[in-house]
Amino acid sequence: MRETLRDRSRARGLSRIRPPGGLRTSATVVVLATAVLLPLVPLLVWSVAGTWRYPDVVPGRVTRRGLDLVLDGEVVSATATSLLIALTVAALACAIGLSAGRAIGLHRFRGRRLVQFLLLAPVIVPGLAVTLGIQVFFVRYGLADTVLGVVLVQLMPTVPYAATLLGAAYANLDVDYERQARTLGSGPLRTFLTVTVPLLRPALVTTALLTFLISWSEYILTLLIGGGQVTTLPLLLFAAIGSSDRTAAAALGLLVVLPPVVIVVLVAGRLRGRDDAWMGLARG
Amino acid sequence: MAEPTLAARLDVSGLGARFDAVTAVADLDLTLASGSFTALLGPSGCGKSTTLAMVAGLLAPTTGDVRLDGASLLGVPAERRPVSLVFQKPLLFPHLTVEQNVAYGLRVRRPAGGGSGRASRQEVATQVEEMLERVRLGGLGRRRVGELSGGQEQRVALARALVLRPRLLLLDEPFSQLDADLRAEMRALVRELHDEAELTTLFVTHDQDEAVELADTIVLMLEGRLAGEGSPETFYTAPPSLAAARFFGATNEVRGLVVAGLFRGQGLLEGALTVPTTAPDGAGVLVVRPEAVGLDGEVPALVCATRFAGSDVLVDTELLDGQSVRVRVPLGTRVAVGDRLSLALVPDRCTVFTQEAE
Repeated sequence: MRETLRDRSRARGLSRIRPPGGLRTSATVVVLATAVLLPLVPLLVWSVAGTWRYPDVVPGRVTRRGLDLVLDGEVVSATATSLLIALTVAALACAIGLSAGRAIGLHRFRGRRLVQFLLLAPVIVPGLAVTLGIQVFFVRYGLADTVLGVVLVQLMPTVPYAATLLGAAYANLDVDYERQARTLGSGPLRTFLTVTVPLLRPALVTTALLTFLISWSEYILTLLIGGGQVTTLPLLLFAAIGSSDRTAAAALGLLVVLPPVVIVVLVAGRLRGRDDAWMGLARG
Repeated sequence: MAEPTLAARLDVSGLGARFDAVTAVADLDLTLASGSFTALLGPSGCGKSTTLAMVAGLLAPTTGDVRLDGASLLGVPAERRPVSLVFQKPLLFPHLTVEQNVAYGLRVRRPAGGGSGRASRQEVATQVEEMLERVRLGGLGRRRVGELSGGQEQRVALARALVLRPRLLLLDEPFSQLDADLRAEMRALVRELHDEAELTTLFVTHDQDEAVELADTIVLMLEGRLAGEGSPETFYTAPPSLAAARFFGATNEVRGLVVAGLFRGQGLLEGALTVPTTAPDGAGVLVVRPEAVGLDGEVPALVCATRFAGSDVLVDTELLDGQSVRVRVPLGTRVAVGDRLSLALVPDRCTVFTQEAE
């Protein structure tokens, strides 16, 4: 729907008359690359530096200790745990966000503003304060020190964003599409999968990425509920920083920022390749 | 089409829809003969779209029943009803191509009677291409939806509804967002498709010209209630109700008294104006369209104004008692302001209603 106007003009043969977007998107890519990739250079250098003392411009000795550390069994398994948790959290947050978003985006019910506020509350109230309070329940129900417990507690900082993003998307959704699908013989579930989800796709992709990244970089909640038994990458990173092992910290840091960087590069690629709204960053 | 569509008979009885305190539709009775083309006419907000939603199964009625060939549809979800609905907006699924849109229903609909499964890919492709040809969009199947014009979009929506061979086709003001000439073209196409496929069609519109041009039967709805039903001609020559006459507009209303099967003018008109009628005794309103009033009668009238109206002339006259009557006369008729005329009110072109308390 968001493209109809432009597509109409395309249908009338006006497609060639378009603003010269090439230069603008190239500039965007350069800015993104500078802002995102440049700060990684010192990190990259540190990760291979054996010794690097003032006033040397480059490290005195190059080491592959950082590389070895990244390939170490503990780090590999922490990466796997991090991925598992982040993917599960993203999927669950999207699912919850879809239903909560549908309620607040489509329906006008009594107390809607309150529900909206309560959904956002975990972002406003420090998650740490809440977690300290509910930790006891996690212990009681045997969820402390488990991956499941960590997944559940990480829903707290992710669901508010998912519900808000998808609520906005639902508010812009024309439910007549769903009604039309129903009259064409599509049941509720099939309508949701074949019509609603594709219509919400841009918002869903954004939500999945955002919640993945929040979960991926979460430290405090993982530490509190995981109790050191559930080891994720940020936990190892903070441990390395705490022990002043700069090489290890830099190597792990690189590993932690890898997914965000990959995502930004993907976005930049999409910006150049397609004139499509993506992650709210651009509208062709 | 390989197998003919089985057009169904639709019976709506006592249908009502209430939202909290608001009654959208009340006690609606409606019968559509198999193969008929009916226009559900009424101003916006009269409940006609709500009625359509209830027939389609998108809204559960508060009261009443909807039956298709005698079998009640109550409790049958929208996706299981052999009914197709085309909305005011084309509502083409933007992530699908034209042919994928048309094929949508064929892909998702369960075969009636629990048959052997969904149509094969090849069958679907053939049916879709055939249907696109019939709405004059042959060869455009691969197009993206966004590349279509408004008229083309609505044709795709029609094709998507018709390819399912519905036993009842519902159209909810499908052309009201199109330009005038495009609208005329689409009307012709819909009527053609209706006749070809032997459909039962219920067409909702607020445009009386559209209703008159397209439909065999017009059902007029006002404020959620049935306000008259009949052929398009009936609405002009013998409107079923005063409200119906008023909705069709450009009509004269003359007040008088009905006594023993005769409508009589009152006061100064006493004796000058009498029209036989079947209306019951009491205060009455005589309704007559301007083009039905003749100039060769015995009701005296004074010409107050004349207005050129293209193919004819509109003459505003005043009766003896001050009531005004508008007459439509052919171009070239010699009528000037101040002339005295003798109007003819032909009984079979006049309708008398009991005057409502106002």
